[in-house]
Amino acid sequence: MIRDLGQQAPAIPSPAVAVGTRRRRERFEPLPGESRRLGYLYILPAFLLYAAFNLVPLAQGVNDSFFHWDGITDGTWAGLANYKEFFTEAEIRTGYVHVLILMIFYAFLPIVIGLFLAAVLSRIRIRGLTFFRLLLFLPLVITDVVTAVAWNWIYDTHGPLNAVFKAVGLGGLIPSAGWLGDFNTALPAVGVFGLWGQFGFCLILFLAGVMKIPSSLYEAARVDGANAFHEFFAVTLPGLRYELQVVLVLTVVGTLGTFDEIYVMTAGGPGTATTVPAYLVWRRMFQTGQVGSAAALGIMLMLIVFAVAYGINRLMERGAER
Amino acid sequence: MIKRREPVGGLREKVRVPRVHLALAALLTLLGGACTPQGIGGEPVTVPPPPATTGVPDSGPVTLTVWDQETGQVSKVWDRLNAEFEQHYPNVTIDRVNVDFGELKTLLKLAVSGPNAPDIVEANQGWPDMGGLVRAGLLLPLDNYAEAYGWIDRVPAAVRAVSSWTPDGREFGTGNLFGYTSLGEILGVYYNKQKLAALGLTVPTTFAAFEQALATAKSAGEVPIQFANNAAFPGIHEFVMIQDQMAAPQDLTDFIFGDRAVNPSFDTPENVQAAATLQDWAKAGYFTPGFGGTGYETSIANFAKGEGLFMITGNWIVADLGADNADFGFFPMPPMEAGDPPVSTGGAGFPLSITVGSQHPDAAAAYIDFMTNDHATSLLLRVGQLPLSTGDTSAEVEPGTLLADVVGAANAVAKANGVVPYEDWATPTFYDTLSASIQELMAERLTPQEFVAKVQDDYAEFQESRP
Repeated sequence: MIRDLGQQAPAIPSPAVAVGTRRRRERFEPLPGESRRLGYLYILPAFLLYAAFNLVPLAQGVNDSFFHWDGITDGTWAGLANYKEFFTEAEIRTGYVHVLILMIFYAFLPIVIGLFLAAVLSRIRIRGLTFFRLLLFLPLVITDVVTAVAWNWIYDTHGPLNAVFKAVGLGGLIPSAGWLGDFNTALPAVGVFGLWGQFGFCLILFLAGVMKIPSSLYEAARVDGANAFHEFFAVTLPGLRYELQVVLVLTVVGTLGTFDEIYVMTAGGPGTATTVPAYLVWRRMFQTGQVGSAAALGIMLMLIVFAVAYGINRLMERGAER
Repeated sequence: MIKRREPVGGLREKVRVPRVHLALAALLTLLGGACTPQGIGGEPVTVPPPPATTGVPDSGPVTLTVWDQETGQVSKVWDRLNAEFEQHYPNVTIDRVNVDFGELKTLLKLAVSGPNAPDIVEANQGWPDMGGLVRAGLLLPLDNYAEAYGWIDRVPAAVRAVSSWTPDGREFGTGNLFGYTSLGEILGVYYNKQKLAALGLTVPTTFAAFEQALATAKSAGEVPIQFANNAAFPGIHEFVMIQDQMAAPQDLTDFIFGDRAVNPSFDTPENVQAAATLQDWAKAGYFTPGFGGTGYETSIANFAKGEGLFMITGNWIVADLGADNADFGFFPMPPMEAGDPPVSTGGAGFPLSITVGSQHPDAAAAYIDFMTNDHATSLLLRVGQLPLSTGDTSAEVEPGTLLADVVGAANAVAKANGVVPYEDWATPTFYDTLSASIQELMAERLTPQEFVAKVQDDYAEFQESRP
């Protein structure tokens, strides 16, 4: 796109090129004063911590992923066997399918609901907005383990959810094995928990974004005869593009790393109905002594997270250039 | 990854992956693949020499770090016993680390292989836990201590077998002794005496009579079996109690030990029959409605409140129901033919082991002896723990109580040599595979034949990879 622009109007250099050349010049003309190398000394303490707790374990993880290792006896060389497993084992494939389903609840629905509510709320004045913000943000502040325990109770056979279902005459819809025990409802039940936690976060970011959109844009739209629907697509949505990008990356990456609620609510069950990649990594690492396989799963998960985050950013920016 | 609003040019720049990162990633990959992850033990373990004297030698202060997973009333007895031990040997300090079962499973290998290993640990028997520790050379063989303290005559051979391994950790159920306990466990059937009488039934003596009782209870509107399988392990107990009646105990034991001489398999007609029976019970509605979503603790509480005619689980809930309670009874799952010897899963409780890293193995052995002597077992019996040194303890139990039933059942099964080890000891991944597959079986997502085939896959994979 940028190149096309350049061809059409060669006289005007694109801002990207301008920024790039300016930077390059700066690098070769050091500013007077202290040496540039001193900068490395400043980041050294942070880098040492980062290296000790991130880079070294990462290198170890890469190393271990090429071995069959139970964690306590000597490992044996496995070559790419653990990575081959990643592509062939049904259990792993199922885990990723579950994560894809969870994304509907953890990313797609919260964003849709968040956008809708942000659009509605942007048109009206709400008293006590700070209070509602606090309420919506609360699920994010409390650790997942605590809220998941509470949701276990909500889903319990004798819990409030079933009480409500029975009170309104929908008792027949309650699965006989319980919401978290039924093979068909367990995963969506975990998903609803995630939806509850995520949509407040999305809404808050979107609300903050909406407030930054100049009201003159709305006024202009209204003068042009836009209704609420037009206003949303012509003003609100484009204005929230950056928030959308942040929310999309955070929620999608967060879903890929889902662990706490699975650990607390279902332990991957019933059967394997709610296993997710991060849970498999933990189980193989600490429970069943398959450290090499767990490491390979972890590395693959990391690469997928990188690829997805990169992909989303690329996609959003390409959209922006258009 | 939070992005601020920037001019378009700035955004484009951000997306580019800096070369440094790529170089770093390449470097990491090169660094990796270079070194074999090392085991921690290394040296093959040798049997420590017999102690000069029994008891703790009085040679300066000794701190013994003990990792256990006891809970509730039992845990309180442990505190008392620890205090008594310190009183008996003033130079000893006990540093107790109490963790829950799941946490112990997760942390034990890390703790024992670390530089400040505990002296004494409760390690679960079987391939997943104790097997790995023995193979890594992290536990001491206790044979000479067993000789010195007379442990060998105190407990049946089957109890020692489940803590026995060849020193290289390759064979299970034979070789040296790596853990010791004088307390046992037994699975069986709890029943609500009032409900049984109200239904006009008596304690069934055959498996068929038991199934008949289930049908009677169901048609009378009772919950035949109180059951909750959210935690996945209770399903194993329901299955093995049926399996124990259909397969030969020796075959089941060989299967769990992985005895190469007989090349065991899970895919047997008896296991298919047991799986089909369990599935039929689930189909017939013999278990608590909603069992898949309910927690184990809840089911114990509900049974205690009077929901359910039977509950199939282990002796450890005696303390929850009340050891002196006369409203509940307990019997081993009845055999196929009346009068056949009773068979049940159970046997040794959590054994105590001494780590290779312990600085005071003699003192640790004295501690293990103290925690398993008659005084300890009589205190633990009152909180529902079963002494394996049978005969002398029955007298301490009030007849007609729930505890008397449980002790009686355990003694009957032990005398008939009908104790089958826990099936989840069979492979490192067996617990997960078996518990998940049983959930699928009971939800009719697997046929009995598919169920045994799936579990056999796990078993075969481990047998192939065994050194």
